[in-house]
This record gives sequence, C-alpha cells and structure tokens, in this order.
Amino acid sequence: MELAFYIAGAVAVISTVLMLTRMNVVHALLYLIVSLLSVAVVFYVLGAPFVAALEVIVYAGAIMVLLLFVVMMLNLGGRAAGMERQWLTPGIWTGPVLLAGVLITEVVYLARGATAGLGAGAIAPKEVGIALFGPYVIGVELVSMLLLAGLVGAYHLGVHQAEKPEIQHDADTHERWADASGDLVLAGTDQPSRTP
Amino acid sequence: MTTLLWLIPVLPFAGALLLALVGSRLSRRAATAVGVGSVGLSALVTILVAVSFLSAPPPGDSYTQVLWTWINVAGFQPQIGFYLDALSLVMVLVVTFVGFLIHIYSVEFMSEDDGFSRFFAYMNLFVASMITLLLANNLLLLTLGWEGVGLCSYLLIGFWYRDPANGLAARKAFIVTRVGDTALLVGLFLLFSRLGTLQIQDLMQRASQQWPAGSALAVAAALLLLGGAVGKSAQLPLQVWLPDAMAGPTPVSALIHAATMVTAGVYLIARTHVLFALAPAAQFAVAIVGAATLLLAGFSALTQHDIKRVLAYSTMSQIGYMFLALGVGAWQAAIFHFMTHAFFKALLFLGAGIIISALHEEHSIFRMGGLRKELPVAFWTFLAAGCSLAGLPFITAGFFSKDLIIWSAWSTPHGHPGFWLAAMAGALLTSLYTFRLIFRVFFGPLGTPVTKRPGYAMRIPVVVLAFLSIVGGYVKQPLVDFLHSALPPTIEAHTGGLTEIGSEGIAALIFLIGLYLAYLFHLQTRSLADALVRNPAGHVMHQWWFADWGFDWMYDKAFIQPFVWVARINKSDFVDAFYTGVARLTELFYRGLSRTETGHVRWYAAGMAAGSVLFIALVLFL
Amino acid sequence: MLAGILFSLGLTSLLVRRDLIFVLMSLEVMLNATGVAFVAAGSRWHQADGQIMFLFILAVAAAEIAVGLAMVLRIYHRFKSLDVDTLGEMKG
Repeated sequence: MELAFYIAGAVAVISTVLMLTRMNVVHALLYLIVSLLSVAVVFYVLGAPFVAALEVIVYAGAIMVLLLFVVMMLNLGGRAAGMERQWLTPGIWTGPVLLAGVLITEVVYLARGATAGLGAGAIAPKEVGIALFGPYVIGVELVSMLLLAGLVGAYHLGVHQAEKPEIQHDADTHERWADASGDLVLAGTDQPSRTP
Repeated sequence: MTTLLWLIPVLPFAGALLLALVGSRLSRRAATAVGVGSVGLSALVTILVAVSFLSAPPPGDSYTQVLWTWINVAGFQPQIGFYLDALSLVMVLVVTFVGFLIHIYSVEFMSEDDGFSRFFAYMNLFVASMITLLLANNLLLLTLGWEGVGLCSYLLIGFWYRDPANGLAARKAFIVTRVGDTALLVGLFLLFSRLGTLQIQDLMQRASQQWPAGSALAVAAALLLLGGAVGKSAQLPLQVWLPDAMAGPTPVSALIHAATMVTAGVYLIARTHVLFALAPAAQFAVAIVGAATLLLAGFSALTQHDIKRVLAYSTMSQIGYMFLALGVGAWQAAIFHFMTHAFFKALLFLGAGIIISALHEEHSIFRMGGLRKELPVAFWTFLAAGCSLAGLPFITAGFFSKDLIIWSAWSTPHGHPGFWLAAMAGALLTSLYTFRLIFRVFFGPLGTPVTKRPGYAMRIPVVVLAFLSIVGGYVKQPLVDFLHSALPPTIEAHTGGLTEIGSEGIAALIFLIGLYLAYLFHLQTRSLADALVRNPAGHVMHQWWFADWGFDWMYDKAFIQPFVWVARINKSDFVDAFYTGVARLTELFYRGLSRTETGHVRWYAAGMAAGSVLFIALVLFL
Repeated sequence: MLAGILFSLGLTSLLVRRDLIFVLMSLEVMLNATGVAFVAAGSRWHQADGQIMFLFILAVAAAEIAVGLAMVLRIYHRFKSLDVDTLGEMKG
C-alpha cells in the first residue's frame, strides 16, 4: 500500500512538472490529466474511494475535457507554442522557484511530525453521504447555488459572443457592460472601447 | 466730585469703542459728536474734579480710587486704580483740555477724509490710554496706558495707510519705542522682584527704606526706566522716530507728538522721582540725555525745510529741556514747562496744519512766504506760539518756564554751569530756528498761493491756545507751590555769582540775538543763508545736521543691516527643513509604493503569494 | 507533504506562465493540491469531513473553470491574444 502511495505521488509530481514546462498547450493538458489520475490513486490509497471516483469523473473527466474543448476551439496549437518558447526564458523561473522553495520548506517543517496513517480504514461512501446530508447540508445548498451562479454566468458570457464577434460601441448600457467586461476601466464611460 | 475720577479715562474709551464698532454707519455729525464730545466731557469732568480737589484737598494731598483688582496671583495684586495728586491732576488737565481743542480742530481738518470716524476712534483711544497712564496707581496699569499710547501712535502715524511710506514711518516709531518699552518692562521686573510691589506709592516707600542711596539696584532700575522714557519721549539715543512720525495727519502730530505722548517719559521720571533721587548716577544720566538732545535737536531743526520736521525737532529739543530739569532735580520746573510747551507746541502744529491745508499740502518752508497778509489768524497765533517757544521775555509763558529750567540748571545741587551753558546755547538755537521758520513762512514775497482759508473749527482752538501761550506763564508761582505736594521742592543750592534775574536777563538777550540773526539770514539778505549752506564746511555741517546727526544712518548700519542679513540666511530655516523633510519622506514612500501598482496580474499574484509565504514563515518561526 | 509540493508547483507555474490557459491550468493544479491535503487530513483522523471538503472544493473548481473559460473565449475574441501581461496593460 505504501509503495503504491509513493509511486502515485511521484507520478503526480513528475507529470505536474512536465506539464509546467511544456510549450504546447495540448501536451501540457495531457500531462495534467495524468497528474490528476495519479492523484486519484493517491486518494484511493488514503482510504477515500468515493473521492477518488469523484476526482476521475469530475475533475479529470469534465473539467479537463472542457479545457481541451476551449483549446481546440481557439486553435491554440502551433502558434501559441512558438510564443511560449519566446516567453519562457530560464531567468524567469528564479523568482517563483525561490518562493515555492520557501513554501515547501514551511510545509515540510509543518508536516514533519505527522506520520502517515495509511490504510487506517477506508471511509465508505455511505459514511460520506450521511455526513453530507447531516451536519453539512447547508454547505450542500450553498454549493448548489454557487454552481447555479456559475452556470448562469458562463451562459451569459457565452451567449453574446456567438452573435457579435465584432464588438461595437452601442448606446445600450447592457451591451456596454457586456462588451466592457474585458475593459473594466472604460465601463460606465462614454468613450468607445479600444480595440486592438 | 472727585469720585468722578474714573469717568475721565472711561469717557474717551467708550467713545473710541463706539466709534470703532459702529463708526462707519454713523453720519459725520454723529461721529463728531461722539468723538469730540467724549473728550469734551472728559475735560469737563477733569475741571470739576480739579475744582473739588483744589477747594478741599484730600488727606495726604492725594486721592486714590480703586475700581477692581486686575490680577490676583500669589503676592501680586495690581489693581485698576487711579491715583490723583497734584502732579497727575495738572497733567490730566492739560491733556484733556488741549486734547479737546485739537479734536475740535480735527473736525475741520479731517472733514474731507474717508476715515473720519476711524480717526476719531483712534484719537479717543489715545486720550483714554494717556489718561490711564497718568492716573495709574501702579506701574502695571501705567504700562498698559504706555502700550496703548504706543499703539495709537502707530495707528495714527500710519493713518493714511495706502501710502507705504506712512506705514514705514509708523513701524519705525513703533519699533524704536518698543526698544524703550522693553527697557521699561525689565525695569519693572527688577523692581517687582526686589521690592515685591508695583504700587507706585508703596514702591517709592520701600525703595527709600531698603535701598541705600547710590545702590547698584536703584541705579539699574532707574536707568531702565530712563530707557523706557527715552524711547517714548524721543530723546537720545532713541529719537530717530519722531521726525518721520510727521507722516501722520497734523492734528496727530499736535496731540501725540507735541503735547502728550512724548511727555509720558517726563511723567514717568517725575512719578518715580524717589527712585531717581536714590540713584544720583541715573539722575545725572537723565540730565546728560536732556542736555545732549536739546542741543542736537536744535542744530537739526536749523537745517530742515519741511515745516513739520522743524517742529518735530523742536519738540525733541524742548523735551530735552524737561529731561534736563528732571535731571537736576527741578521737578516742578519740568512740569511747568510741560504745560506751557503743550500749549505753544500744539498751537504751532495746528498753525502749521492750517498753512499746509491752505497751501494745498505744501510742506516746504522754502516754497512758502508772505503769508502774513493772507492768513492773519494763522500768522498772529503762530507768532505768539513762536515767541513763547523762543522765550520772549515777560509776555509769553514759555519764557517763564524755560528760564526756570535754565536757572535751575545752574543753581540746584545737581546743577552745573555746563548744563546752564548748554541750556543757554539751546535757547539761542531755539530762537534762531523759530524765527527762521516765521520769517520764511510769513514774511517776504508770496510763495505758494493760498487756496483755502480755515474755518471756525480751525480758528477757535488756535486762538484759545495762543491766549494760553501768553498768559499761561503767570501761574508759575501758584503752580510750583501746588506741585510741592507731589514733588519735592527745588532747592537753590548755589548761586555762584548769578542770580535768577541775571539768568533771565541773559536769556532775554539771547532771544534778541537769535531774532536778529534770523532776521539777517532769512529776511533781509536771504542770499547770506544760501551762501552759508554752499560754503564747503557749512555744507557738510548742513548735511550732517539735516540727517539728524547721522543717527539714522548709524542705526541702519549697526542694527538693521545685520538683522536683514541674518533673516536672509535664515530663510533656509533648519527647523523648517525638519518639517519639509517629513513631507519629503512621505513623498518618497508614496513614490515607492506607487511603483508597485503595475497593473500586471502576475505581479499581483506574486505579491500575494510572497506575502502569504512570509506571513506563514513569521507565524511558524517567531 | 505531497499536497505541499503540488501546491508549490502550481504556484510557480501560475507566476511563470503568461498564457491565460496555462494560468487556469495551474490554478486547477493548486486547487487539486489543496484537495489532497484535505483528504489526507480526513483520513488521518478517520472522519468523513475531509472528503466533504474535497467535494466542495471540487464544486468550486468546476464553477470557476466554467466561468473562466467563458471569459477566455470572450477575451480571445476581443483582443485576439491570451497573453496575461498584454491584457493587463490594456486594462491599465
């Protein structure tokens, strides 16, 4: 069991690192999926089968697929890769790596006392369900509202885009708000939005 | 009746207050009524009080009226109290009466001026302050009056404030007298810290008990008081402000700078005569100051061409006589001369005012002439005053008072032939410059033509004053006797070959010599005067005396230039730098912080991450 | 510890990458990492709470990515580029 954990963990880390360093977006996405799957394995080892399943279905399944869709739709393949190569100079890594290093140190320092209580018993999905509809029912409601908001927002943002590929200035304030969403500074003013 | 004493200063003060608050809304008539009326009523009350005082003298020859205790601090309780004795009575009588006449005159003189009510407000305030000064029973209240007259002097000299030169003259007057005021205050501190009171009578008593004659403390205190007196009375070395103070309206010059304020110093010394008697060195200094000033001013008066400046220097000189009298211990003579001087000097100024306004603001005597026929009232009154000033024997008041001083300069224990000689020389100069003035202005060919004749309001006061200038001298003996109750008698110690009559005779002779010389130079052969001035030696002297013996120049070099230099250096103030430094530091921080607002998302994200990492580290490791 | 490592990696990539899609991806990584941490904690104390937290986090992530991607589409059509720095400058 422990071995599985360590292997899965290692895979997750490696694939994440690889994901970071890819030029091509699609490649990076694929690596991300791998990473997520290995994290699901980790979850299973930790005794949370429900969560593992959830991870695979929702995270790796829905979310990553969505990302892939968008990437494909925007056709970010080759051209973006070229730009990435331009942008990612080695020097650019230093600051954030330093920061991350500090963070890792802190985490390690914090976590040194804890021993991994692996396999202390799987927590069955039934238990999780009971807990959800018991003490955490309010949380469930809130989350559902959040999802609703996300849904409406995404729909709203998406719907105009199909009708108006060219954004033009209108006297309609609703429109102005909508097309000023990418331009917060000019929202509410009478200036025509700047198009690149 | 003497209980009405408090009304004397309060009436003009109320008048001033009224005019200050609502004066601009009053009609000319109402303002006149308030301004002149308050002083008039005050004069009336003074006469009543005087009658009551003379007919039934109160015990101890003095009357004190305390209104309330001004300050009540441990061991120090000065009051608002008035002290009436012969000395203050005489002076208040003169001040209110002459003040009243001048106020009447001013009604016509200032009739075309916009600041009419303002003028009378200031004048009333001045009279109120002066009377407070004279009647005060403690030195703190006296100082209040002292400062008040200084303030009013500033306000009135700079009355026509739109001309910056007037403001300059006013400031000069104020600053120079301030130097004197500081000396006065230090003197008060000294007196209070040593003797524990500022009540004048108590002070004098304690001083005579505790300080032996000639003690250093007495000398120091007396010298400090002398410093204050010198500033206010425009004596050496603080005399430089008086000629420039002529920038104010002529009634101001008449009231303040001839009859009243400049005599405040004389009053101060007379009041604290006990102190001076305890400090012979200081008293000697008083005499020296008086003698030197009277000579210096006399020479300067001889060279001036502005009619008012001649009179200013003349005032300086005559007060020098008063100081001389005080210095040699002839207290009554000094006060007597004050009285007569008030009459004729005020008259001279008022007459000059008539001439100036008649000639449409012409001030230079070399452009006047032949006004004898044109302005007869002015001529005869001016002549009367001038003769009084120069000391025409037996007819004029000035003769009696001045000769008393000259004789005392010889005969008192402190007297000295040198003083007598100086006084005589001063008399010669006085006669000279007075008749120079009269001959230049009234005789000879017509200079500037007359455009305006004076009205009744201007003529009546001058006539009254002329009358007083002539007959005022006859009260000499009664006055001297009266003043004995307040001031120690003048002792005739030594005569040394000269009698009083003899001295008077010599003085009369000097008067005539001066008259003749003036006639020679300024009427008969005027070219002689010009020749004298053009002569190189004469020219130098002329310039030097004209510039007040170089005092202005000296003060400028010694005090003003260094002060200006220091001020200029101090413009980059190091204390200021501290405050601007704070401002600049804030600015620095601002600039630094504003650079973090880049607008880059990644920068912000990095900032957030860094911040949280730091925070965790702090929590963990500290 | 794993969570920590994953989180830091996600943070690094977030700061480094300029492409908006990558930014979103690294955000996902970070969220995932926290989820790991929660689940591990839940398993440690043998409570269901950890998994419940993970569920919530998942839901949040889903909503966020939906909206985010919609915005990405809008931005792309507007500015024709997904460079974070340039977009930031345009916003001023």
